Amino acid sequence: MESHTTETLLRWIVLVPLLGAAINGLLNRRLPRQVAGLLASAAVLISFALSVTVFLRLTGMPAEARFVSDIVTTWIGFGNLQVDLGFAMDPLSAVMSLVVTGVGFLIHIYSLGYMAHDKGSQRFFTYLNLFIFAMMTLVLGENLLMLFVGWEGVGLCSYLLISFWFTDEANAAAGKKAFIVNRIGDFGFLLGMFLIGATLLPHLGGGEGLLSFRVLQQHAGILAPAATAICLLLFVGATGKSAQIPLFVWLPDAMAGPTPVSALIHAATMVTAGVYMIARMNFLFVLTPTAMTVVATVGAVTALFAATIALTQNDIKKVLAYSTVSQLGYMMLACGVGAFSIAIFHVMTHAFFKALLFLGSGSVIHAMSDEQDMRVMGGLRKKLPLTFWTFIAGTLALAGIAPLAGFFSKDEILWNAWNSGNKVLWAIGFIAAGMTAFYMMRLVVLTFFGENRASAEVKSHIHESPATMTMPLVVLAVLSIAGGWVGIPHFLGGGAHFMTWLEPVFSQPAVVAELAHGAVAHGAEAAAHGAEAASHGAEHAGAHADTTMEWILAGASLAWGILGLLAGYFVYARKVSVAESFQKMGGGWPHKVLLNKYYVDEAYEGAIIRPMYRLSKTVLWKWVDVGLINGLLVEGSALVVAVVGSVMRLFQNGLVRFYAWSFSIGVAVFVLYLSFSG
Amino acid sequence: MSLITDHILSWVTFLPLVGALLLWTVVRKEAQARFFAMAIALADFVLSLHLWFHFDAGRGDDQFVEKVAWLFNGQISYHLGMDGISLVLVMLTTFLGPLVVLSTWRAVTDRVSNFLGFVLFLQAAMLGTFLARDMLLFYVFWEAMLIPMYFIIGVWGGQRRIYAAVKFFIFTMVGSVFMLVGIIYLYQQSGSMNLADFLNLQIGHEAQLWLFAAFFLAFAIKVPLFPLHTWLPDAHVEAPTAGSVILAGVLLKMGTYGMLRFAMPLFPEGVAFFAPYINALAVTGIIYGALVAMVQPDVKKLVAYSSVSHLGFVVLGLFSLTSLGVAGGIFQMLAHGLSTGALFLLVGVIYERRHTREISEFGGLAHGMPIYATFFMIATLASVGLPGLAGFVGEFMILFGTFSSEAVPHGRLLAVLAATGVVLGAIYMLWMYQRVFLGKLKNVKNEGLKDMSVREMIVLIPLVVFMFWLGVQPGLVLDRIELSIEKVLAPLELDQGGHHALQLDEAAADNPVALIGATVLDTPLDTEGQ
Repeated sequence: MESHTTETLLRWIVLVPLLGAAINGLLNRRLPRQVAGLLASAAVLISFALSVTVFLRLTGMPAEARFVSDIVTTWIGFGNLQVDLGFAMDPLSAVMSLVVTGVGFLIHIYSLGYMAHDKGSQRFFTYLNLFIFAMMTLVLGENLLMLFVGWEGVGLCSYLLISFWFTDEANAAAGKKAFIVNRIGDFGFLLGMFLIGATLLPHLGGGEGLLSFRVLQQHAGILAPAATAICLLLFVGATGKSAQIPLFVWLPDAMAGPTPVSALIHAATMVTAGVYMIARMNFLFVLTPTAMTVVATVGAVTALFAATIALTQNDIKKVLAYSTVSQLGYMMLACGVGAFSIAIFHVMTHAFFKALLFLGSGSVIHAMSDEQDMRVMGGLRKKLPLTFWTFIAGTLALAGIAPLAGFFSKDEILWNAWNSGNKVLWAIGFIAAGMTAFYMMRLVVLTFFGENRASAEVKSHIHESPATMTMPLVVLAVLSIAGGWVGIPHFLGGGAHFMTWLEPVFSQPAVVAELAHGAVAHGAEAAAHGAEAASHGAEHAGAHADTTMEWILAGASLAWGILGLLAGYFVYARKVSVAESFQKMGGGWPHKVLLNKYYVDEAYEGAIIRPMYRLSKTVLWKWVDVGLINGLLVEGSALVVAVVGSVMRLFQNGLVRFYAWSFSIGVAVFVLYLSFSG
Repeated sequence: MSLITDHILSWVTFLPLVGALLLWTVVRKEAQARFFAMAIALADFVLSLHLWFHFDAGRGDDQFVEKVAWLFNGQISYHLGMDGISLVLVMLTTFLGPLVVLSTWRAVTDRVSNFLGFVLFLQAAMLGTFLARDMLLFYVFWEAMLIPMYFIIGVWGGQRRIYAAVKFFIFTMVGSVFMLVGIIYLYQQSGSMNLADFLNLQIGHEAQLWLFAAFFLAFAIKVPLFPLHTWLPDAHVEAPTAGSVILAGVLLKMGTYGMLRFAMPLFPEGVAFFAPYINALAVTGIIYGALVAMVQPDVKKLVAYSSVSHLGFVVLGLFSLTSLGVAGGIFQMLAHGLSTGALFLLVGVIYERRHTREISEFGGLAHGMPIYATFFMIATLASVGLPGLAGFVGEFMILFGTFSSEAVPHGRLLAVLAATGVVLGAIYMLWMYQRVFLGKLKNVKNEGLKDMSVREMIVLIPLVVFMFWLGVQPGLVLDRIELSIEKVLAPLELDQGGHHALQLDEAAADNPVALIGATVLDTPLDTEGQ
């Protein structure tokens, strides 16, 4: 714990993409488009290579010592408040770095093709590199405030990229919405940091970084009494960034951005930041069963809620967007039951297959002359074979079909939910999993099977995408198939290497473990399991004695996934009339509610946005500011002064005789007063 | 050389005044006047660099002191001095000076030398205000600031310039008169106008309350603190760009500087009594300013109201009564000077082209003016306090200081309420940005507008550079103000971390405004104490 191995490569992992962004941003149109794209891609590739280098260095170290840091300088130093500008890599950050730079690089390559004809592609690559810079700051930040810098930075890039095609009002509005909703989450994040700081600051010695993760972990005992409040506040931040109820509303709209952006930022990397943050702060979360229960519940409910919406959407990207919200729910569920390493496992596999699906949808949209409505697609299987087959790989992975990547991570989440003792959480996750398979098959059928329903004009342009776009698809397809094999659990005969790798991050030092057991004594059963599991750092390291249940559940979820796929196929390819009868069911209301996403946006608009606007404009500005303060008080008192002044002016009439008289009378009164008072 | 360095504060202060006198008398030709004013402003900045590099950050007391007996056997003296707090504000002033002059190059064409004379005169008065350590001298500089600003708004302003100028003048004057009475009272007590002598006075409890109120009123109007702010939007809307930049960049900070330099250390019991009320007003101002900014149809008015919100943060930081919050407040003064200064300059850029500032007149400007849109974006982000830019550090320290303050009641509640300003800031700024820059170019009048010229970029680049620089290396400022803050706050008898401050007044603790929601917020969070 005391030994700090320094690794100055870390800062370059972060800075190289920033450099790329700076060059592209400053030269902008002076650079040919392809050069800008290649430059940006090269920057991310370097970042990836450096990440691999440091990762390899970590692998060469003993498991407990896998931590390297790079403190560049003091950032904010005042009194005993000390926050460093520094980076650190441990096994968790290493996984995130590899995923972000690896998937990021593939998406940069894809963008070379996708954005080749866009006039603003230099600006696009500037933002994309800026995003990688911010995201790497987020995952490599040595303390909570550095993480927050990255956190806000990725939010900014998301804003810039959603409204990239700003000519369209809808895009501009979506970008703004994303930033503002995230800011609401950040409000909670900030307060969480303040509470940590206020609790810890009086106890810190000189030179200890107040918000440094290592310092926080060492002093978990001091933070323990406030852990519930801290964790709930931080979780508010996570619901914003990771699109959980009630702050998920920005993510579906964010699909207004270019498709590579949806893949990179709004599926594979940025939106998982909330999950990462909770995993990073695991030593506090395990101390608070209450917060853990909240995280697990919100995650599970979001998973189901978003899956139901995805069932009815007609925009291909909207389906994937709600699917992302749903999958993020699973990750939160995993965190909430204490299976942090499984959450990160799902972050990784999801990054592979969801990036693949988004890029695939981009390829489809590209071929369909920018059409996104699945109702006018169909039959693309033959015309876009590479896109189709890779898309199938992604679909099966997402649907949780063994042995593809998604199966292992999702199944492990459900198993941990089951094992947490709260069977309701498991049931919700299980139901949502079936829906996932169903809506993905619906998407595949509507897009790739049957006859093409587009206009002749559009049909004549349908073509497979260029190699820069299909190559990343192939690589991601391979990862979607095989990427889960690093985490095959013991009961299936795997080595659970992924979980073993992360174990040092999630195994608690003695002090936390003890506190966590204390929390268990008081806490709810569900979170108690999480705390216990995490405190042993052994959700997976040790084989469970009873593997029968694991086998049954794994089999059930596999069968359930296949069933969902088949149902989707029969309903939409074979036109079994279920879909239509659902649309008519209950007077059409259930379908309408789902299609309109439960009217959440409308509710926010009516309950918060409009009233706030009216209050500000009518009451505060017109009545209070202009009317009351300025009109009545300021100008009113000016009026009083003016009236008094004009009365007084009667006395200042310039007539010397009048002054003489007043003076004489005054003196007389004064003299009389003196003579009688004495 | 020693002729200059021995009297460096006088040189820095009076060089612009000399420039102003020459502009009013000798240098009358337009082109000459511009270059001359520019040269003076630059020279003053160079002189102030001497202060920056020779300032000893290891001391919290006044440096470069000049003291000469002036009136009444030295009871009143010409006394200048500079600690870290004055240093950073002086630097802000001299740094903005040349940029302001350069920004008027095209914008001001009427009676140019007179205008620039007023700008330099104002700069001298502002510098003097930051440096004076004799109360009469301070008051002279303080009042002297009114005159040039009055003319800048009243002569070179927009349509309702007379109304705005008079309003500005009377508002500030009213507050100042109360302060003058306070100063005279203290002078009678101590027989000297020296600030240090004032600080040594033993003032009774009741007198402290009255005196604090008198001083504070003068400063609160200048800030302006809600609800004394209504002169500000009018002044900003009518003032020419250069006037707005000086007003927002430096002049508003006179109020918060005055609170910190005089009102707080002189009357600790007044602080203890009034702090809860002041904090309530500050938080109200943060939220109120943001909400009203949101619905403004005029870009400049929007930025003006955003200043009400931002300055509310500064006041909250000061009256969190923690050194952390105070440092954050000072930092925020600088950050606000940079970001809001830049925003007013940018509003000026489009005003020169379109002669309107109505948001509804714009839309889609990013098409023809990508450079302009980029600069505006950066200034917007600085204003909303994005980490990495200067505004974040100030807000973070203020909010954290307030949150952890044990010297004021309900620090946590105040911080929570104030933090909503962070969300609201994003709403009003980004919404404005969206309506002005994004979407289609609908209004034909906006077609073919020229993007920013090289001169306009030269004005803004230094501001942008410092937004980033201070955002990444706030130590540049924090290291220099730390000991000075300790010294200024010493009479308040706060301990190192700002905890366990002075005894609060019984009445103050019962403050109804601060009590609202206390049970909701403080109780569940306050678990770590036991």
